[in-house]
Amino acid sequence: MALSREQIAQRVAQELKDGYYVNLGIGIPTLVANYVPNDIEVMLQSENGLLGMGQFPTEDEIDADLINAGKQTVTMANGASIFDSAESFAMIRGGHVDLTVLGAFEVDVNGNIASYMIPGKLIKGMGGAMDLVAGADNIIVTMTHASKHGVSKLLNNCSLPLTGKGCIKKVLTDLAFIEIKGGKFHLLERAPGVSVEEIIKLTEGELVVTGEIPEMKL
Amino acid sequence: MAGFDKVVNSYEEAMAGLTDNMTVIAGGFGLCGIAENLIAEIKRKGTKGLTLVSNNCGVDDFGLGVLLPNRQIKKIVASYVGENAEFERQMMAGELEVELTPQGTLAEKMRAGGAGIPAFFTATGVGTPVAEGKEERTFNGRDYILEEAIVGDFAIVKAWKADRYGNLIFRKTARNFNPMAATAGKVTVVEVEEIVEVGELDPDQIHTPGIYVNRVIQGSFEKRIEQRTTRPADQQDDQKAKGE
Repeated sequence: MALSREQIAQRVAQELKDGYYVNLGIGIPTLVANYVPNDIEVMLQSENGLLGMGQFPTEDEIDADLINAGKQTVTMANGASIFDSAESFAMIRGGHVDLTVLGAFEVDVNGNIASYMIPGKLIKGMGGAMDLVAGADNIIVTMTHASKHGVSKLLNNCSLPLTGKGCIKKVLTDLAFIEIKGGKFHLLERAPGVSVEEIIKLTEGELVVTGEIPEMKL
Repeated sequence: MAGFDKVVNSYEEAMAGLTDNMTVIAGGFGLCGIAENLIAEIKRKGTKGLTLVSNNCGVDDFGLGVLLPNRQIKKIVASYVGENAEFERQMMAGELEVELTPQGTLAEKMRAGGAGIPAFFTATGVGTPVAEGKEERTFNGRDYILEEAIVGDFAIVKAWKADRYGNLIFRKTARNFNPMAATAGKVTVVEVEEIVEVGELDPDQIHTPGIYVNRVIQGSFEKRIEQRTTRPADQQDDQKAKGE
């Protein structure tokens, strides 16, 4: 079975380490916050100028001056700090964020990512995504493995305008956990009940399969 | 003797000198921390042909979006747009020029503009449409593109508190682009919730020193919320975002 959005988030959360500063993109990445293991501490960075993002506010706590990068009302965690946008991207570009999780339309075997524009259709802009992929060393892309029509999103070459070049090393899809190195995809794990053959079929770019591929543990 | 007193008492005075075809840098992230009434004044004045530099362009009936119906904006430099239908229509029809700029690059362009740095190299955008036509250089084995600073004829800024000298304090994430915008305007106009007497703000706590500020006006704000997300009151201790 393909992973649900929640399960993708759950699997990503296993990559969190104690003491990590983490930037979570909009969509599935945001859900990762719900699965932070109890025995570790992580601090969430929101690129509009908040380090230490808390949970959503109660109706009484709502503050129009306190939002996240998705423009949602949030609260501040204990030990949070506030800063301006230049400072925020100094953290991001300067490589101070330990893990970035973001969504994408396509990735390819060379670690290129396309996530912000579909010419003629969706031209809203890149927001902070280009800075995030250029600045972070440790990035996990979350996405569905293929379109509803079975068209692979793990390609030889991205077809859409790029968000970043050669910057993606890890992709977690609803079917597989994949590493990108040496111009190839490498299958690390498969979703429970999903066969290696199914994954190969829905992966356009070359996929290296070495030995027994374990199922993800959720 | 006005001395360092930056306080003005009308919006007309606050935006005096803004004329057609000028560049305006605006603080704000979405609808958070925007100079609501300064934007309304630009709409009232009917100034046209503006180049706006702002992370976003508001929504249909609020924020910078209110400048769209009368075609007051010629060009916008922003990282994320299209939260409104009229924006999309004008962009698709070629009536509005849009220069999509990565958010961090946009912030740094303002910061550099205000700090007298004409351009800077960044890895952001290398190998993407953003890099087209820009100088590329390699430092320590990594590729970077040259991005130019932005200076505005006007900057419109929203702060929480100011003293009469224009020293500013921002509140929570309404700070965002506002401090950089404040430095990058030839004329910087700041709208605040409260003006206090000189000496009342702790110098150690001032985010933007008054030297960057030309005019201060006290306003009242709607502070519209774009995405109202809440949790039930009884789930207080139940969350994991290390938010508690």
